[in-house]
Amino acid sequence: MLPDYLNIIFFFILGIFFVGAAFATSWLIRPRAPSAAKGAPYECGEVIKGNSRVQFNIRFYLVTLIFVIFDVEILFTVPWAVVFRQMGMAAYLEMVVFIVVLALGLVYAWKKGALEWL
Amino acid sequence: MNYPWMALLFLVVKGVCILAFFAVNAMFLIWLERKVSAKIQNRLGPMVTGPHGSLQLIADTVKLLLKENIVPTEADRFVWWLAPFFVAVPTVAAFLCIPFSATWIVSDLNVGILFICSITSLCVLGVFMAGWGSNNKYSLLGGMRSAAQIISYEVPLLLSVLVVIMEAGTLSMQGIVHAQEVGWFFLKPNVLVAFLIYLISATAEVNRVPFDIPEAESELVSGYHTEYSGMKFSMFFLAEYANLFIISAVAATLFLGGWLGPWRPSAVWFLLKVYGIIGFLMWVRWTLPRVRMDQMMAFAWKILTPVSLINVLVTGWLLVIKG
Repeated sequence: MLPDYLNIIFFFILGIFFVGAAFATSWLIRPRAPSAAKGAPYECGEVIKGNSRVQFNIRFYLVTLIFVIFDVEILFTVPWAVVFRQMGMAAYLEMVVFIVVLALGLVYAWKKGALEWL
Repeated sequence: MNYPWMALLFLVVKGVCILAFFAVNAMFLIWLERKVSAKIQNRLGPMVTGPHGSLQLIADTVKLLLKENIVPTEADRFVWWLAPFFVAVPTVAAFLCIPFSATWIVSDLNVGILFICSITSLCVLGVFMAGWGSNNKYSLLGGMRSAAQIISYEVPLLLSVLVVIMEAGTLSMQGIVHAQEVGWFFLKPNVLVAFLIYLISATAEVNRVPFDIPEAESELVSGYHTEYSGMKFSMFFLAEYANLFIISAVAATLFLGGWLGPWRPSAVWFLLKVYGIIGFLMWVRWTLPRVRMDQMMAFAWKILTPVSLINVLVTGWLLVIKG
């Protein structure tokens, strides 16, 4: 048997090949007729005003920060979820403490208004 | 089968089969979606190309192949060009450990479900790169919204998957199916809650109505893929439907017993369950209106996340008490 990670690499190569082959086929047979009007950003036919790299709402940044915290915490609980039945009540109670701390963080963010949109 | 090159050859054959299934399945789903939406809106849908328009998607593919590639002048060209890869490649890779039947799985990784969850969340990078790289205000807004939505719903999604991992005691996809031989997981009340949370969050993950804020066409034209044309656009489209299949396949495997069924062949059962869930999601898409951005974010963080945290604790308690 091949090592599992070789399969993963192979499937990534397969995916890149699939997308690349589609692009290459299209590149070979598609017409080329660029013009200044075609290259302009689409704004429903209006004359474009300014650059698109505009300021965006700070909320997006806050949500991303909260997500990173939760995502990492969930990753910590995955190994626990696999084996906790063999470890009994002690492992369960430890995870209760962990999740309560996590929930307190959510409550704090909630009270501070980090979850309010607009 | 002890020779490495035989195993490699076998892997290549499996990979080609998966690619063929990937493409045909996505085309079938697009056709099905058009037919379902037509039926719900009391129309006929595509009827001209082939019987009941079944060849429509082949015609569409040829058309998209022949389309000119329009690059926005001020686009961040490299990021813009790379984005379709980031969206489509993970969806192909995720097919690696989808168990079609007891033996039809390319590789039953011992971290199967974790692999699928992590690989499919790579798509958010592609979506954001597309939004940023296009140099279009609609694309930027769509990309930002989409990124915020996908990462917000990732949390309840992973927590509901965690409930299944606790019940099964394994991360391997086949292991999870085998753990359900005594009874499908969704029959337990706590896992049923997790199933509902999973379905809602997964719908949001693939940007489908009622959570299609990133592509809200009445406000944002087409969201992050406004500036894409031809084959690049179709990669986004293909990935969307491949993702729909993947989330339904994962739902069928985790909650509905995967390929288990009263009689063989088991792959038929698996596909029945998967297309059942897909049919349900299509029905939902053409029935419900779109929710607002603030409602959607509040729903993820203030309702789904607390409920799924409590659900994890309750599941742990039930399992520990049972021993």
